[in-house]
Amino acid sequence: MITQSVKMAVTSILSNKLRSLLTMLGIIIGVMSLVVLVSLVNGATGSITDSINALGNNLLNVSISDDHDRPLKLSELSSFTEDDLFESIAPAAASTATATGAYAEESAHLTGTTAAYLDIQGLELESGRFLMKPDLDNHSNVAVINADLATEVLGRTDVVGENVRFNGKRFLIIGVLKEKNTSSNNASDSTLRAYIPYTSLIRLSEDVSLNVTSFCISAAGDDMDAAERQLENILLERFGQDEDAFSIFNQSSVAEAMDSVTGTLSLLLGGIAGISLLVGGIGIMNIMLVSVTERTREIGIRKAIGAGRGTIMLQFLIEALIISLFGCFLGIAFSWIVIETVNIIGSTDYSLSSGIVLLSIAFSVGIGVLFGLYPANRAAKKNPIEALRYN
Amino acid sequence: MITFQDISKTYRIGDEKVYALNHANLHIRPGEFVSIIGPSGSGKSTMMNIMGCLDTADEGQYLLDGLPVKDYTERELTRIRSRKIGFIFQNFNLIGNMSAEENVELPLIYQKLPAKDRKSRVQDALEKVGLYDRQKHKPSQLSGGQQQRIAIARAMASEPSLYLADEPTGNLDSATGYQIMQLFHELHDRGNTIVLITHDESVAAQADRSIRMKDGHAKEVTV
Repeated sequence: MITQSVKMAVTSILSNKLRSLLTMLGIIIGVMSLVVLVSLVNGATGSITDSINALGNNLLNVSISDDHDRPLKLSELSSFTEDDLFESIAPAAASTATATGAYAEESAHLTGTTAAYLDIQGLELESGRFLMKPDLDNHSNVAVINADLATEVLGRTDVVGENVRFNGKRFLIIGVLKEKNTSSNNASDSTLRAYIPYTSLIRLSEDVSLNVTSFCISAAGDDMDAAERQLENILLERFGQDEDAFSIFNQSSVAEAMDSVTGTLSLLLGGIAGISLLVGGIGIMNIMLVSVTERTREIGIRKAIGAGRGTIMLQFLIEALIISLFGCFLGIAFSWIVIETVNIIGSTDYSLSSGIVLLSIAFSVGIGVLFGLYPANRAAKKNPIEALRYN
Repeated sequence: MITFQDISKTYRIGDEKVYALNHANLHIRPGEFVSIIGPSGSGKSTMMNIMGCLDTADEGQYLLDGLPVKDYTERELTRIRSRKIGFIFQNFNLIGNMSAEENVELPLIYQKLPAKDRKSRVQDALEKVGLYDRQKHKPSQLSGGQQQRIAIARAMASEPSLYLADEPTGNLDSATGYQIMQLFHELHDRGNTIVLITHDESVAAQADRSIRMKDGHAKEVTV
């Protein structure tokens, strides 16, 4: 019976090709917007999450805004890591300076820090070495620069042993960092950066003193929340229980916030696309109602030769279902084409999200049944005599 | 086979109550070929609709094979229409987007017959009406007489015992009409009950007996 109903439904859909196609268009557009939008948001979320994770996810950044006249001394920092929850700690004083090299002159970000900074931030060296304790003790004018600064200012990356000037002061380049992975199109960090001993930055910049206002600390275990709580307790004690004296940035909470933002975004876009799918469903209902009226006589004939209510109902329901399902498959196919086109044009790497494909199929079936039910029921309830008399 | 006991059917036109059937009585035995004749508006079609279980009487009792039809549920009535009754209409009533073969097969699908049995029955019926070579044609590609023969084949396929024909020759010229009447005679010779509605005296005369309808009453006549 089902096979026969499917066959009849296909026959009647094909006998009115243009109308069927236009009806499907609502579903096609709905499914397409749903699948494409959600797939793109998912893809974007993936690459954003990746770049956040690349920043290191056992990292806590602290900045101190009010030291209550008891500034945090550089020498004090090491006492933090006595707690088992923390691995290592490094001050991070930021400043900007004009970097002058053999090739060009550019504005660069300077970070005054200590040896531990490399591991905490998960930086990788291309050549040379990072800062060491003697560099700090001697206030040496040495610098580790990132690949961008090397290429922009010095013209190449194998520059260990050469000199660069920050605000006119000469620094010996002791190390060059690896180029950041730029295969993802986001170019996450193309800033020119240099890392110099904290003590050297004090001399270079007036804003920086031995009083540490910003540092980063890495947690020993995976439990970032525990580490953050512990750090908060230590700092609260240090600054007279003033919560506003400092702020802690948790890299993983940034990732979580990002997740919830993109989650909301895909829900929102999915919701809008869902509405257009619903409109498509109403289109199906409309056409099915017209079709039931047009085929009143046919319904009468079928009833006279032995079709029961259920049979007629099934036939029209299957017809609505086929229109919406076929529209859904076309929509998915078009979505795939759109996403591949986006990938080719933008050289990105988006893919159809299988979850949303399944969801849109389920949604289309639901819509086909929901909006086919009423017209099918109307067809099934027709009085055979009146239906046969209908012209 | 068919017994009408005081059957009445009324329609409401505005405030007026119009009798389509007014206490009609008749009896048709199994294997009979009966024609029902009368002018339009005399209640012929209403009578056929009630006979065919498409409609129900307001008053009186309709016994089909000795059993009162009003006791059946809708599902049972559908089953009776499907197994026991073959309809033939004045305007053929074939389904336009289906081929001759598919039209003939349709009642068998509703009977939930397996595909193999359907195929042989369809072939059989189409051969009997002489249109086996036209099985793939759509109704619009066939002449009126051919369409009516397909419609008869459709009725025959479900092997009913009662054929109800409403003006089967009404839309056909007399030569084609004659061919169609031959088919009814063949069906009658095979022992089927045939009730034929017509307003054509010469068609009515070909039946075993005629019943004349007038103002909702049924009256036996010899034509």
